Amino acid sequence: METGLTSVDIESVIEEMANQLALQLKQKNIDSPLMIGVHTGGLWVAERLHAKLGLTKPLGEIDISFYRDDFTRIGLNPQVKPSQIPANVEGEHIILVDDVLYTGRTIRAALNEIFDYGRPDSVVLAVLVDRGGRELPLQADIVGMKLDLSPQKQVKLSGPVPLALETNRI
Amino acid sequence: MNSSKQTASTSFKAPDSSSLQLNDQGRLRHFLTTENLSKDILTEIMDVAESFSSVADQAVKKVPVLRGKTIVNLFFEDSTRTRTTFELAAKRLSADVINLNIATSATSKGESILDTIRNLEAMHADMFVVRHGDSGAAHFIARHVAPHVSVINAGDGRHAHPTQAMLDMFSIRREKKEFKGLKVAIIGDILHSRVARSQIHALNTLGVQEVRVIAPSTLLPSDTKSLGVQVHGDLRSGLDGVDVIIMLRLQRERMGGALLPSEHEYFECFGLTAEKLAYAKPDVTVMHPGPINRGVEMDADVADGKHSIILQQVTNGIAIRMAVMTLALGANRASDSS
Repeated sequence: METGLTSVDIESVIEEMANQLALQLKQKNIDSPLMIGVHTGGLWVAERLHAKLGLTKPLGEIDISFYRDDFTRIGLNPQVKPSQIPANVEGEHIILVDDVLYTGRTIRAALNEIFDYGRPDSVVLAVLVDRGGRELPLQADIVGMKLDLSPQKQVKLSGPVPLALETNRI
Repeated sequence: MNSSKQTASTSFKAPDSSSLQLNDQGRLRHFLTTENLSKDILTEIMDVAESFSSVADQAVKKVPVLRGKTIVNLFFEDSTRTRTTFELAAKRLSADVINLNIATSATSKGESILDTIRNLEAMHADMFVVRHGDSGAAHFIARHVAPHVSVINAGDGRHAHPTQAMLDMFSIRREKKEFKGLKVAIIGDILHSRVARSQIHALNTLGVQEVRVIAPSTLLPSDTKSLGVQVHGDLRSGLDGVDVIIMLRLQRERMGGALLPSEHEYFECFGLTAEKLAYAKPDVTVMHPGPINRGVEMDADVADGKHSIILQQVTNGIAIRMAVMTLALGANRASDSS
């Protein structure tokens, strides 16, 4: 572990994300969105955003293990959890939440899984950290913080209480 | 069948079960028997199955994880339900599935079992799901397939039926939450039952308090006690205080006469009725692998009653088969790249 990331106040970053989200939802006239957190770190961030925004629809959870594009290379993630998404996402406005946006492959997989539950009206993406390094044409609508990290570095959110960011050399 | 000539000297008689199933990283590569698999592996199968159970909630009841893989259902013996759930499981994983009923296929024209396998491998099959009337058939195939191919045992002779056992374990876990402290009774034709053997191994590995088998002595194998079970000849005393009852089907097609006086008499002694059920715990769970012989193994009102989870077992069977297929093919790929 290194760098001064431990000093970052994650809770206040999430507070600011919630403010930006509230503003965007208002601009788009969305009053009852469905929030879905990506296992595991994204779900921790989503739990806080869901509470801060006072959303009424229960928080959804998504585990993208069965939708990953690297199954043939690395096999199944043994820590896979069940996804809990309302059986019908038809017509919903979805807020997808993840902890770290990097290559974009996780988000691609999450979008594919969501669309197997139905056709939402819209999806916005909120991430705690955007560390660059995209391999797919995907961008987040709400970004908590940007980090400029070399590919040799890994950033990881630990939690659920307290939330902390660590970077490691890989 | 020609295959017996090739196989007699190798593996049909004494199937070994341990190292063949795991890859060099200890991951499940073939699933042939529950015997000698660790509690961790059995638990992992159930955990992954739990994750797959949400796929049935999706509008598109499919995940792309095995897209581009070819799974061959190789059935040397009929079984509509098992074959259908394997087929459905494979399709929900987006694999391509071929069903081969070998009884009506090339082996009846004289092709050996290994030639059949080689031909299917030449068509780039990734997995064989094997049902065979001879004990050890799936082990034999697993020992001879190409390195990238996985084998799942869908029932071999009187030996093993591990996916049925695991769907039963999964069903028990969903009902009772944990295995510790459970008393489980398995009732009926233990002698001919590959399911019972696989269940007994799994239940003991998962750490239930007690496994009882309740059967007439003519339907018990000679080595029953060495399996780690208590034997009861009387249904009422055997059911006393049990948490889970697993009924077995009376396998009339495997019986060579004289083992049973009559179905009517069997029902009188070993058929599950509401009156006998009252000896078990009030929240007892009743299971049956199907197909049920109503009025032989159990009364219709027990089969359809509030303790019965017979239809949930069928649903759980799809998730368990999805889990086993994904784990096995995943382990194969993972070991390729290492």
